Amino acid sequence: MFDFITFIPRAVMQGIPLLFGSTGETLTEKSGNLNLGIPGIMYVGGICGVIGSFFYEAGKSAAEMNAFLAILIPLLCCLLGSLLMGLLYCFLTVTLRANQNVTGLALTTFGVGFGNFFGGSLIKLSGSELPSIILTNTSNIFRRHLAVGDSTGAFGKLFLSYGFLAYLAVLIALAAARVLNRTRTGLHLRAVGESPNTADAAGVNVSRYKYAATCIGSMIAGLGGLYYVMDYASGMWTNNAFGDRGWLAIALVIFTVWRPNVGVLASFLFGGLYILHMYIPSGMNLAVKELYKMAPYVVTIVVLVLSSMRNKRENQPPASLGLPYFREER
Amino acid sequence: MDNKIAAVTMRNITKRFGPVLANDRVWLNIYRGEILALLGENGSGKTTLMNMLSGIYFPDEGEIAIDGRPVVIRSPKDAFDLGIGMIHQHFKLVDVLTAAENIVLGLEGKLDLKAASKRIREICGAYGFEVDPEQKIYDMSVSQKQTVEIVKVLYRGADILILDEPTAVLTPQETDKLFAVLRNMRDDGKAIVIITHKMHEVEALSDRVAILRHGQFIGDMPTKMTNAQEMTNMMVGHAVTLNIKRPDPVDPKPRIEVKDLTVRDIEGTVKLDRVSFTACSGEILGIAGISGSGQKELLESIAGLQPVESGSISYIGDDGRREELIGKDPLAIKELGVALSFVPEDRLGMGLVGNMDLGNNMMLRSYRSGRGLFTNRRDPYKLAHEMVDFLEISTPSVETPVRRLSGGNVQKVLVGREIANAPSVLLTAYAVRGLDINSSYLIYDTINAQKMRGVAVVYVGEDLDVLLELSDRILVLCGGRVSGIVPGRGAKKRDVGMMMTKLGGNAHEQ
Amino acid sequence: MNNKKRSPLFHVAKRAALPWYKSWAIRGGAVLLALLACGLITTLVTGEDPIAVYVSMWEGSFGTSRRFWVLLQNIAMLLCVSLAVTPAFRMRCWNLGGEGQALIGCLAAAACMIRLSGKLPNALVIACMCVASILAGAVWAGIPALFKAKYNTNETLFTLMMNYVATQLVAYYCVVWENPKGSGQIGIINPNSQIGWFPVVGGQKYLLNILVVAVVCVLMHIYLNYSKHGYEIAVVGESERTARYVGIKVERVIVRTMLLSGALCGLAGLLLVGSTNHTLTPTLVEGRGFTAVMVAWLAKFNPVWMILTSLLLVFLSRGAGEIATNFGLNQSFGDILTGVILFFIIGSEFFINYQIKLTKGAGKED
Repeated sequence: MFDFITFIPRAVMQGIPLLFGSTGETLTEKSGNLNLGIPGIMYVGGICGVIGSFFYEAGKSAAEMNAFLAILIPLLCCLLGSLLMGLLYCFLTVTLRANQNVTGLALTTFGVGFGNFFGGSLIKLSGSELPSIILTNTSNIFRRHLAVGDSTGAFGKLFLSYGFLAYLAVLIALAAARVLNRTRTGLHLRAVGESPNTADAAGVNVSRYKYAATCIGSMIAGLGGLYYVMDYASGMWTNNAFGDRGWLAIALVIFTVWRPNVGVLASFLFGGLYILHMYIPSGMNLAVKELYKMAPYVVTIVVLVLSSMRNKRENQPPASLGLPYFREER
Repeated sequence: MDNKIAAVTMRNITKRFGPVLANDRVWLNIYRGEILALLGENGSGKTTLMNMLSGIYFPDEGEIAIDGRPVVIRSPKDAFDLGIGMIHQHFKLVDVLTAAENIVLGLEGKLDLKAASKRIREICGAYGFEVDPEQKIYDMSVSQKQTVEIVKVLYRGADILILDEPTAVLTPQETDKLFAVLRNMRDDGKAIVIITHKMHEVEALSDRVAILRHGQFIGDMPTKMTNAQEMTNMMVGHAVTLNIKRPDPVDPKPRIEVKDLTVRDIEGTVKLDRVSFTACSGEILGIAGISGSGQKELLESIAGLQPVESGSISYIGDDGRREELIGKDPLAIKELGVALSFVPEDRLGMGLVGNMDLGNNMMLRSYRSGRGLFTNRRDPYKLAHEMVDFLEISTPSVETPVRRLSGGNVQKVLVGREIANAPSVLLTAYAVRGLDINSSYLIYDTINAQKMRGVAVVYVGEDLDVLLELSDRILVLCGGRVSGIVPGRGAKKRDVGMMMTKLGGNAHEQ
Repeated sequence: MNNKKRSPLFHVAKRAALPWYKSWAIRGGAVLLALLACGLITTLVTGEDPIAVYVSMWEGSFGTSRRFWVLLQNIAMLLCVSLAVTPAFRMRCWNLGGEGQALIGCLAAAACMIRLSGKLPNALVIACMCVASILAGAVWAGIPALFKAKYNTNETLFTLMMNYVATQLVAYYCVVWENPKGSGQIGIINPNSQIGWFPVVGGQKYLLNILVVAVVCVLMHIYLNYSKHGYEIAVVGESERTARYVGIKVERVIVRTMLLSGALCGLAGLLLVGSTNHTLTPTLVEGRGFTAVMVAWLAKFNPVWMILTSLLLVFLSRGAGEIATNFGLNQSFGDILTGVILFFIIGSEFFINYQIKLTKGAGKED
């Protein structure tokens, strides 16, 4: 029998970084910016958090650490790092109107390099024998969950066994959905992504919305990197361990047809697909697990194709996605 | 009425676009509780004048006063704040949003779509609109979109409304509905301006009419005190003698036979309704009509660019062979051996590639003639050089991107290329639009030369004086139907003008 | 909206085209500035003398003849993928799937080497590899192209996703064909028989690739600038309406061009497996599909300029790698420097396409 009780929490934990990433990217894309730098931004978010806590944790025992500071410092570092990445992307694509694809890819090159470089430097600094940094104490604080989670059996395991960042991810996704669909800011943002001309004519400040959405989106995505290191990986940073999760987050945006609230369940589904191979008796065939890992991308392609075939307007990418806006060209 | 304070007073308004004088010291009053029809031909400066009121343009000279108070309008927002709202011909709406979302877009404060919907329904109820606030724009017909635009303006508290050719996109039933709504709004004390060049709309709707011609204010009067004939006279003015050559047709024989051609656009609106005519070799067939009467669709149908609903278009060769052109794309038509040239209205968006140089643009028609896999690059550049000399195109070199040439030179490149491959049919749309006098005459001469070669020329024009002097026969379109075909020699400008606004012109009234 | 009444101090306007030497001067200036910034960053991180930094950068590419050959080989492979994606880009079709298309080409080549070894003579195996990789690459690009032509499916996102499908497919076969058993890796294919290994030309292992790519580069230059297809691609990219007006079948051009794009990526994959590496791993293409986007864009989609831009990027990454080794930093430092330089060049495009005009007086429309 398939063991759902162990499978689902694992899938959720796999899904949370993707959820952060896709919520951030959805906000960004809603403003018409296709930020392919998200994978890099998530790396930067992760490593900045690691750097922060590395220096806080250094030389302290678990008892000496102030739980509040242990969380606040990495959190702020992570947000600052990803904010700077978002600002850089905006400056190049919005202010200087550079090509979004090229800028995004450059940002990813830079971000992944940044993460691995400082990761590598910290590993050297820590004098560790293994090619990784372990921040167990900080991680333990990040992973704290309610005590009732352990005593309430299956329910606790399914719903109460996660660190606070996981709940934050869900909250942010739901809040993002609400902002997009129910508030004036969201309305203006959607208008900017669909038709910057019209929004501009109606008095919406297009550049300001693009900047704000992209920067906030980057910070949210950065949290995904932080969650991955501090919670999922138990505080262990290994270079390249984050892998291609950033691209998976972009796939998730398409899969959810630009709806962050759908992203909550969809990210768990993606997380599940990612680790499904471990739970399915594949006859000892290791190869098959690689095919299972393909699943999220394949279903994303299917969704992309189906939504373009059905041509339902709500399910299309924002109409101005990837295009720079220059008022004098209208 | 004369003692009332005008809602809007425009004094001595002048606006130039480069060398073109779009508005020349115009005076205009707009009153509340009145529908003013702003009447004029294409290019007479009606839209420019109203754009200055709605904050799109800023006047070079002159003053504007609202309720007697001088104001400065620098942006659409300023205009809104003064209660002025304009409904443009091209709607500014976001397709994937609902009507209500579009209407509140750009406003401030907390988003309460329920309250907004309620207010929208109130506005609709008060004037008799039918708008579903929850409906998405992409699900709407053109007339519904227009209604959303009007409601959007009212929602923002406008009490001076300007509608730029609102009926151009509407069916007769929708037009009636719109007029009823506008009358309601007038009775509610709003000032309404409707820009139009359709005489019957002026008569049916307006209380007062103001007429512009060539950017100048010609006069205004209560609609009751005038009639269509007088308004047409004021609008078109007296015939001007241009002295365009008109050689006699050379051995005219039917070349293109159009029968019962019906075309609908993507939205299902009928653009051409059972149009039939024959274009003969060695003559110029002028097409007259208010813009948007189906000229574009007519030419594109013949050129193989427009899906046709029904009817037939036959090409008759010199040897008497007939070829059906409907259902064939430009390449297939060319492969039939039909040398068809087309000078489209949208020069840089369709006829030419702006970022390519002259030589490469010449190649658009001839690139397939190269040997094997390769394009022949020498001949197009040779042609470009010849063209530069022959049509006096002023350009730094034939390697200059055409986007950087002036409008007249761009058109010369396009016309030159289209006549270069010895056409037997030449379709031209607004061939002299935006050109100076000398360039225009060069184009007329070129077209006449083609006619003398025995080419069947179809000339879509907007300047009636030119059409009357250049064409051998004139086909008048009105609302997608043939209003009449008259010989070019001896045709009266007023008669043609009447036929443009009313099917059959005066013939129906008598 | 009140701030609109005060006219801003400057506004941005599109420039008429700059003469080519000026625009390249701006780009060159950006590269120089970027190099200065990189030197500065490296000095800050390592505390080394900046001159030493530049010297080791230079050494990384030109230090020994072996390094020089590696440099040329890397340029060739990057250039090959860049040339492949260029026709699509010229058509304004964003093929971000070069990575996957090349990788699937690798897979096809490796499959032929593994499965046909011993069954067919070597020459036939190599012929099969060529056909299979090029076809595989073409198919991988053709799928998104068909949907783009038929349903206007967003090709950027589609090709992007196809990359990871290809990666996982290769990962799957890496395990299926693992050698030795249990290693999860393929290792060198046919190490003894050398079946499917491309012949070494002129005694230099990398020379064959370099020659092939040089030929492709010349052909691509001719194809884009002198062939009917190239002309159609340019017209479709500039304006689909104009293309239809002169009777070009736009959908057909889209599919045909993407097939070509994919086929050339497949060729890159073929060279990587058959000539350079003789193995298959999921990371064999090393992100060249993405770097190629930048190479092509930086060169304004001009195949000849692309030689320079790929040289620049390869030089940077090898130079940065050398800095990392010499100063005891890790290899990722190269990515950071590459990123910084790219940001400078990307930013410099603004000053080529736009100009900042000081506003003269007020009263102009916004």
